[in-house]
Amino acid sequence: MSHAHPFLRRLILPAGLLALAWALPASGLLNPYVVLVCMYVGINMILTLSLNLVNGYMGEFSVGHAGFMAVGAYAASVLTVWVVPASLAPWLFPAVLLAGGAAAALSGLVVAFPSFRTRGDYLAIVTLAFNMIVKSALENLEVLGGPRGFLGMPRLTTLPWVAAFVLLTLVLCRNLVYSNVGRGVVAIREDEVAAALTSVDTRRVKLYAFLVSAFLAGVAGGLYAHVLQFINPRSFSILKSTDMLVMVYLGGVGSLLGSLLGATLFTVLLEVLRPLGLWRWVVGPLLLVLLMIFRPQGLMGFRDPRWLREADDLPPEGFQAAQRG
Amino acid sequence: MAVLEIQDLTHYFGGLCALSGFSLELSPGELAGLIGPNGAGKTTVFNLITGVYRPTGGSIRFLGEEITAWPSHQITAAGIARTFQNIRLFREMSVLDNVRLGAFARHDYSLWEALCRRGRFRAEERRWREEALALLKRLNLTRYAHTPARNLPYGEQRRLEIARALISRPRLLLLDEPAAGMNDAEAEALMALIREIQADFNLTILLIEHQMRVVMGLCRRITVLDFGVTIAAGSPEEIRRHPRVLEAYLGREEPLVAEGGGSRP
Ligand SMILES: Nc1ncnc2c1ncn2[C@@H]1O[C@H](COP(=O)(O)OP(=O)(O)OP(=O)(O)O)[C@@H](O)[C@H]1O
Ligand SMILES: [Mg+2]
Repeated sequence: MSHAHPFLRRLILPAGLLALAWALPASGLLNPYVVLVCMYVGINMILTLSLNLVNGYMGEFSVGHAGFMAVGAYAASVLTVWVVPASLAPWLFPAVLLAGGAAAALSGLVVAFPSFRTRGDYLAIVTLAFNMIVKSALENLEVLGGPRGFLGMPRLTTLPWVAAFVLLTLVLCRNLVYSNVGRGVVAIREDEVAAALTSVDTRRVKLYAFLVSAFLAGVAGGLYAHVLQFINPRSFSILKSTDMLVMVYLGGVGSLLGSLLGATLFTVLLEVLRPLGLWRWVVGPLLLVLLMIFRPQGLMGFRDPRWLREADDLPPEGFQAAQRG
Repeated sequence: MAVLEIQDLTHYFGGLCALSGFSLELSPGELAGLIGPNGAGKTTVFNLITGVYRPTGGSIRFLGEEITAWPSHQITAAGIARTFQNIRLFREMSVLDNVRLGAFARHDYSLWEALCRRGRFRAEERRWREEALALLKRLNLTRYAHTPARNLPYGEQRRLEIARALISRPRLLLLDEPAAGMNDAEAEALMALIREIQADFNLTILLIEHQMRVVMGLCRRITVLDFGVTIAAGSPEEIRRHPRVLEAYLGREEPLVAEGGGSRP
């Protein structure tokens, strides 16, 4: 294995995962319910990574990411149902998802521009308003089914597609975070004025962060719409945004692995609590409050394992960060 | 051509006149000092030069170009770097990342190249990583490269700010009380360092400092502010004997050798 070309070696793990994602459901070993939960876990992983970019790495507080998800979900669904010929739909599905992401990224501008001048609580209110505007716009668009929702999508989302997009998201986020732009994003969180005074073009960096984040949320929305085969504006309410917040703050702010962890734990927890009926919807907000009080950085806050980081920037093995004496 | 030409710079905070009619010209390679009692408006001058505040009046030219209305990041990218009176590092980030951020605008690759790890990405990353590590070595900070900035001892944090300012190869360096909170030996070492980097990096330096020994030892020319007004300008000898300077500092517990206003965190 150590003789393999490094590029090939790097492909082994993703290829294995994808093969597994295809083989497991096909073999019939997993019952369809478990497969469904796995797909939700994957979709939530994408959403959590997306939100973590803004809330964890950049240190802003978006509470309206379900708005981006909605734009992606509706855009992808409209394309599948109205534009793409039914026979081609399975083949064009990834393109449809990317188009949904692009539409969401475009809507990300609505939040990115206010972020140039406002931050903190005020920007949080802007994102909240964005979420509410998207939801009520969809409720009033009769062409898209209004409050009744939009349907007719075939079930195109499969476990291999989810796995592929989770991997893509992870790679994009990792590449972004460990780059000049990513360092600029974190610098904005640490000290925005100092960032500008060390030549960071804070507006451009914020724009990039919101574009990428909204794009990923939009892709997740498309995947979600093609699992359920039915979407309505209520699926993208503030409650959905709250779920994303819980996953970020549970897994860990500013951590890629934490995002994956938070999405997995929370999704599985909600499934386990299904017998509680309506009460399980209290779990999310309650968990959020408890986390904010007792462990605001989450399980993995601001940390990632060596294999996820940029190899050239790693400290020597066994390096102990010097502590202040 | 002058590196920096400030003309008639005036700034109000609401009704408070923090700076009035301030003018200064720095020629290439000069090391000039800016002193004055607490609240005199020294840091305000730096904040105006670097675009933190938009001045109420007056103009600032850098290398012949009018930069008065420019945003901060553009001014810094054009070649003016600074340090802060109250250290402002990116505390959770590694020392290496702090330094590399100083060269943010010099990283020459697009978002797309970063996301796909293609094109100029690898070469540019290597270039600036090596540049940053070389600077860390130069400032004796190598062993901290992977340590979060907040874990550095105070003196090292000050040096790290200087490293972050230097990586972009600025033409003009603004140092805001770099010796604040240092003892005599530390201040002595800092003075040697400032002289060295000035020669090595071909810098023009404007220095705010409360420790008179440091300013008088380093600067050939000193400007004195009091309540936003320039009350004197000249050589250290002239400043030392200037009646208005003595008057401005009179009543202070330790006139002209006062400890800085900077605080240890
Ligand atoms: N952002 C601000 N808003 C309002 N007033 C300010 C602001 N910044 C500075 N000032 C006021 O402007 C005056 C000049 O402040 P400045 O920080 O420039 O003084 P300084 O000479 O650097 O003093 P020190 O030696 O204490 O650092 C002071 O009276 C200060 O209170
Ligand atoms: Mg000051």
